[in-house]
Amino acid sequence: MADEIELKTAPADFRFPTTNQTRHCFTRYIEFHRCLAAKGEESYECARFAKYYRSLCPGEWIEKWNEQRENGTFPGPL
Amino acid sequence: MIVREWLFLTIAACDAAEPWQLGFQDAATPMMQGIIDLHHDIFFFLILILVFVLRILVRALWHFHYQKNPIPQRIVHGTTIEILRTIFPSIIPMFIAIPSFALLYSMDEVVVDPAITIKAIGHQWYRTYEYSDYNSSDEQSLTFDSYTIPEDDLELGQSRLLEVDNRVVVPAKTHLRIIVTSADVLHSWAVPSSGVKCDAVPGRLNQISISVQREGVYYGQCSEICGTNHAFTRAPGNIGRLLSPLWLSRTTRGATHPRSKLLQRAAGAVGSQGARQ
Repeated sequence: MADEIELKTAPADFRFPTTNQTRHCFTRYIEFHRCLAAKGEESYECARFAKYYRSLCPGEWIEKWNEQRENGTFPGPL
Repeated sequence: MIVREWLFLTIAACDAAEPWQLGFQDAATPMMQGIIDLHHDIFFFLILILVFVLRILVRALWHFHYQKNPIPQRIVHGTTIEILRTIFPSIIPMFIAIPSFALLYSMDEVVVDPAITIKAIGHQWYRTYEYSDYNSSDEQSLTFDSYTIPEDDLELGQSRLLEVDNRVVVPAKTHLRIIVTSADVLHSWAVPSSGVKCDAVPGRLNQISISVQREGVYYGQCSEICGTNHAFTRAPGNIGRLLSPLWLSRTTRGATHPRSKLLQRAAGAVGSQGARQ
């Protein structure tokens, strides 16, 4: 192949070695928003966390959390 | 593996339930092959024990006759045999445990980072699949629903209650991470050929890692009672169509490619062309 396409997704996180990845998804989402808060909206480093949480979390969960953040009712440590 | 192309005998592998089937479906992943091998290991010891016990039983029944054995013996102790019949049956489970634990721990081992993540979300009574690895924003997942094709709409050659309208398309020989969850009640995502069964619990993300070694169309069914149409829900819908690395180049041209045209076409290929290839 002339251009090798790289398949990439959220890597296996050793903090979450078991089958239950709920916390993994939640943690990535929180990491992304904390990164945004720390580094500003247009940071490139934060895009990595965004890809991770988008890979792991179902779209419905992300929409719900985005709404909660807008309403100020998000239950995580942002 | 049954495919023997060099002999010009390409026999179709069993990847869906067959009528009157007794054994496993053909393995498509190393995990399933491990399960089948473990089954053979245990079955060997099972037959040993079965034959031994049956022999003792039949012999006892056969010789229990007032003319052949008029005087019954009353034996209440026998140290040697008691020791033997305690030690021997505890050694057999050790032989069974060795391959069993080896398989069990190897199933959980994360050797390599997965290359692709697919989310399988169970609904009553269909599946939704999301491919989100190439999103540039929160809303751009490639998402589609997968409904079982009703009997009236089946084409010739399709399996009843196994075919779906949109199959999950997945690359072969690639480490996949499948995240299984549910949007309403408990479901379970099972593909026997791949040795996969994972409960879909609302509010929880369960992860399974598989690496399918051959191309093909694999079928599975919902494995947790989820209401009236539980029997009519296909778990992965058919995990259909594992394509070769060709999939890589054609579908994913990085984040700029719009929604992977081949993927969409392949996913919706059932209705128009039946089981192509």
